[in-house]
Amino acid sequence: MKRKILEIHDLKREFKMGDEIVRALRGVSFSIEEGEFVTIMGSSGSGKTTLLNVIGCLDKPTEGVYLLDGVNVKQLSRNQLAKLRNKKIGFVFQSYNLLARTSALENTELPLLYNASISSKERHDKALMALEAVKLSDRLHHLPNQLSGGQQQRVAIARALVNDPVMILADEATGNLDTRTSYEIMSLLQELNQHGKTIVFVTHEPDIAAFSSRTVTLKDGRVIKDIKNENVKSAKKALAALPVSDDY
Amino acid sequence: MNFFNLIRLAWRALIRNKVRALLTMLGIIIGVASVITMVAIGQGSKQSIRDQLSSMGSNMVTVRPYSNQTVGGGAMLGPSGLQTLKITDIEAIKKSSPHVTAVSPVVSSSGQSINASKNWPVSIQGVYPDYFSIREWKLKEGILFTDKDVKTSSKVCLLGQTVVENLFTNGENPIGKVIRFNNIPIKVIGILEEKGESTFGQDQDNIIIAPFSTVQRRVLSIDYVQNIYASAIDENSSEKATNEITAALRKAHKLQNSEEDDFTVRTQAELISAISSTSELLTVLLAAIAGISLVVGGIGIMNIMYVSVTERTKEIGLRMSVGARGLDILMQFLVEAIMISITGGAIGVLLGITSSKLVTVFLSWPTLVSEPSIILAFAVCAFTGVFFGYYPAQKASRLDPIEALRYE
Repeated sequence: MKRKILEIHDLKREFKMGDEIVRALRGVSFSIEEGEFVTIMGSSGSGKTTLLNVIGCLDKPTEGVYLLDGVNVKQLSRNQLAKLRNKKIGFVFQSYNLLARTSALENTELPLLYNASISSKERHDKALMALEAVKLSDRLHHLPNQLSGGQQQRVAIARALVNDPVMILADEATGNLDTRTSYEIMSLLQELNQHGKTIVFVTHEPDIAAFSSRTVTLKDGRVIKDIKNENVKSAKKALAALPVSDDY
Repeated sequence: MNFFNLIRLAWRALIRNKVRALLTMLGIIIGVASVITMVAIGQGSKQSIRDQLSSMGSNMVTVRPYSNQTVGGGAMLGPSGLQTLKITDIEAIKKSSPHVTAVSPVVSSSGQSINASKNWPVSIQGVYPDYFSIREWKLKEGILFTDKDVKTSSKVCLLGQTVVENLFTNGENPIGKVIRFNNIPIKVIGILEEKGESTFGQDQDNIIIAPFSTVQRRVLSIDYVQNIYASAIDENSSEKATNEITAALRKAHKLQNSEEDDFTVRTQAELISAISSTSELLTVLLAAIAGISLVVGGIGIMNIMYVSVTERTKEIGLRMSVGARGLDILMQFLVEAIMISITGGAIGVLLGITSSKLVTVFLSWPTLVSEPSIILAFAVCAFTGVFFGYYPAQKASRLDPIEALRYE
């Protein structure tokens, strides 16, 4: 049996808004095994952002169990959560969130700066390897404003890879990109997945979900569908099938 | 995050907003520079007063006769009319006062000095050779008289600068010449260095100094001593010297315990400390005003750090999401604030030293840049950085990563 990266049982998250209690998650259960490429889908208001925050250890559930790589998140303090994020999760955001006026290399090094056990030499080497994995070895010293959107997102993926996390957590990572670049990013993620990386991808675009091996759909704070995708589309082929635009 | 990275990060954040960082520093720069300059001016004036007083002999102890007796009709006797001090008192002090290095009796009179057709009103003092070291009075030309001259009542003397200028107007050398004081011929053997006015506006150079016995017997025809001048080993032992002199004189004068002293002993230290404390107060006041400007500078830092935290909310969110703890964020902003204040402090120290020099050069006020004032100013501004940087940094460290990431 494969290692369970993530286990969620009857997860609930409630917010107090004045006198009213908003129940964003009303009992969500599923688990993810090592090497899966899962998309979490749902329309806005379905609770997917809340779920993402909990999975990303940025937020704690009100009720229920969440085990990340065997660690029960609910009992951890703020600092322990930070450490867990640092070691086990790689975030990729919709708006890239790169540090301005900071080179691609240094942006990639960022998570390792908060890991005291890594020397500066190691940090440099690991960042180089991560940038190589996203095929940006020739852009090491470029600043974010000198990179295209797709390249910036690849730097962000490199940053998510650099600490060798158990899971890459992407939040609408293709939301700001055109179709072609989106496919490029998906192709890259598929490639990483084939090398064994577990990926959780939150999106509301069905055609992106088609590239994943499993789709969990949320509605009103509950899982309404959880299906394995038997017929995973290859992003590489989809990319090749796109008409070559020569408008410019 | 290790210390080196914190420094690098803070430095980069400052470089990114050079003008803003510089303007923020300006408050600290002005604060530190003014503290150092103000203290330098205060210390400088204190030092120059001390120097002036020291030129009169800083460890000098003076003894005057004193009495609360009255003569017929109830009139009090002034010290000059008293004859309680004797030449034997000098021996008594020398014998039993280990903290006294030199003692000299003083008798003085005033009269008209004459050289050929010139004459000039002047006072004459009769002293021991030790007197010159007690008063720290140096010879400009010629020689001093000796103990032998005192013993034999030699008719020799030293002239003050004012006397020289008034009696020898055509530039001749007074040394070897014989002048007359109250018709007594005296040979000039030396000229004293110029001392200038005393702190009280007296011309200290209008003087003729002669051996004690010469003035006592030949000029005044008296058998007592008007004043005694002594010097203590140093400024700090002048109090001990005072006590020893008092004890010696009481014994020599055979005073009973119930009787009051028939003399008074004064030290320069009393005067120095009285005047010093005034300028000390001035220094403290100046430093306090300058200190306030340092606080204002600190508030400037606090203000800009709050702006910086708000501006970089998203960055803080990102850092937290990749594993920065609250402490890491706190340190990042705290180090930045401290770096502003310390860089500002360093520039302020340089500026303070420079402006102190300029004050001396252009206003010719004495200034004294003291190391404690530099250290203090620097320490205060480092503290300012920590104190005023802490709250913005704490605000940053307590941000919720979810909210911070979503901040636009």
